[in-house]
Amino acid sequence: MNLVETFRTGLEAVISHRLRSSLTVLGIMIGITAVILTVGLGEGAQQQVGSEISSLGANLLIVSPGSTTSSAGIRGGLGSASTLTVANANVLANKTVAPDIAGVAPVVSASESLTAGTANWTTTLVGSNASWMAVRGRAMAEGRFISGHDVQTHAAVVVLAPTTASELFGAGDPVGQTVDVAGTPMSVIGVLTAEGSSSTSDDDDQAIIPITTAATRIIGGTGRNDLSSIYIEATNSQTLSAAYQEADNALLSLHGITDATDADFTITSQQSLLATATSVDKTLTVLLAGIAGISLLVGGIGVMNIMLVSVTERIREIGLRKALGATPRLIRRQFLVEASVLGLVGGMLGALLGLVVAIVLPHFISDPVAISAAAIAGSIVIAIAIGVAFGVYPASRAARLAPIDALRSE
Amino acid sequence: MTESGTVNPPLDDTQPIRIGDTGQHPASPAPVIDIEGVHKIYRTGALEVAALRGVSLTIAAGEYVALMGPSGSGKSTLMHILGCLDVPTLGTYRLAGEDVSAMTEVDLADVRNRRIGFVFQQFNLLASLSALRNVELPLIYAGVDRATRRERALAALNRVGMGDRVEHRPGELSGGQQQRVAVARAVVSDPALILADEPTGNLDSVSAGEVLDLLAELHDSGRTVVLITHDADVADVASSIFRILDGQILDNASATVGGGAR
Repeated sequence: MNLVETFRTGLEAVISHRLRSSLTVLGIMIGITAVILTVGLGEGAQQQVGSEISSLGANLLIVSPGSTTSSAGIRGGLGSASTLTVANANVLANKTVAPDIAGVAPVVSASESLTAGTANWTTTLVGSNASWMAVRGRAMAEGRFISGHDVQTHAAVVVLAPTTASELFGAGDPVGQTVDVAGTPMSVIGVLTAEGSSSTSDDDDQAIIPITTAATRIIGGTGRNDLSSIYIEATNSQTLSAAYQEADNALLSLHGITDATDADFTITSQQSLLATATSVDKTLTVLLAGIAGISLLVGGIGVMNIMLVSVTERIREIGLRKALGATPRLIRRQFLVEASVLGLVGGMLGALLGLVVAIVLPHFISDPVAISAAAIAGSIVIAIAIGVAFGVYPASRAARLAPIDALRSE
Repeated sequence: MTESGTVNPPLDDTQPIRIGDTGQHPASPAPVIDIEGVHKIYRTGALEVAALRGVSLTIAAGEYVALMGPSGSGKSTLMHILGCLDVPTLGTYRLAGEDVSAMTEVDLADVRNRRIGFVFQQFNLLASLSALRNVELPLIYAGVDRATRRERALAALNRVGMGDRVEHRPGELSGGQQQRVAVARAVVSDPALILADEPTGNLDSVSAGEVLDLLAELHDSGRTVVLITHDADVADVASSIFRILDGQILDNASATVGGGAR
């Protein structure tokens, strides 16, 4: 008996018990769908994180004041002043001090109220230099960004992020209009493109002005040279750690600190933050995949259960087939094929349902679902393997039956 | 497969075929069945039941033999042993000169497939398959290719008068028709020995007569037929009758003797 005949015999048996076969298939199908969806959700989340990395700039380092390395918590500078200054930023921008740093954007930020005509909107006001746009990986939707000249001349100009622009000007063109920033009128020179919100802040709702303008006209006082943070862009992703070292060394010596553990600043890379986020996603994926795997296991036990019932119920058929010349091997193979057909059909239907849900689901939840061919092919293979694995015991039980005992049973 | 022609080659190759025979029965046939001192003891826990106690029997090729006995006499056990469905506890069984008591399960499957055709009281057709597929089953296990298989199965079904119902499932056929399909299945692999276990037990008298006629035809075409029954009228159609009681063969009477037993 060749393989085609074995397969045909198995199919005939599956088809002749339609209800039972479909219920068994349903079990496998749900398991496979669950696997495809959890893997898809996990991969989708990781891809999202990946695209966040590139949108933030993979080569980005952020220097923030205070230390988190101390066990006592965040170490502040002397008094309440920030430990980072514009002078620090200027040193880091020096190519001889830090050859692997491509751009430095010192940042002061404050929450300020912006007024344009009758519209009033409170947003994050960011004071920075011309490097900010490149370092943060942003682009202009219209107009221009702050220039070096604007910074030197303390120009009263402002660049708006898209949400801020639409809150203040509605559908109208903001470029060339005047915005009142904390009592100082400033002209809008450009609007940024939309970026999307990250987990920590809404990058589409902010206003950027020259850092000098912020220091003299908005903040003023003794804290005018204190920075909220310094954004550093490495020349490329390979030099990121070199840039990190250069920035670390330069700042330590500028601050007169000999022991790195006493540092009054912290340098973090976006990658390390996102790596943490990714690993959290991975943990979640593994957890969900584990649950999906359990449902697949339950499906497999369903196959075994049905096959055992099938063997018991068809004991006469087995006896007859043996009387007609079927060897134990052929009987075993017949039942194995039946079990794997159940697995295969369940796997294919599950993959199909998984695909459909993966396409439909993102319309209802915000999370993307990645559809990977490997996950689909893999889960079909797993489904067949489950059919075979859980079919082995019933099949060998059928094969072991003595023809006469099988024929005699009622 | 033609009506009178192709009988299986002589099962015992050492036996010369005589030239000049009438053609339907080899003049000096090799014994198809040769059992000697066969005992069959069933053990269920501490209980031992001897179903057969020293049965010896020789059936030559081309014979039509009835094994007759009441229920519980051991005739079904004997039939199972003759059909290689069961093995004797004691004693030897030579099927066409081959000792089957020493055979492996795989070899036994092959023997059942090629040398023996079964007809059961319960028909034992697979309900989910068409008549044609049911008849094809032994050929599938024999590894016959698809086209030949179909051709031979159709020929066998035509022969039993079921050529117009090949696509019917057993449930769509009457008892008599099902048994005819079963006879077609028994002969499709062209076996030398047909074992019929109460083939008329579930049939009305008309259908029973038809099935017995079919068996007689098979015998006429040179096959060895062994019929197991409790019914003396049925046994009468055979050329010789062995009567079984309490696991032993009572006498080896010719067909003329069996008539009166009821």
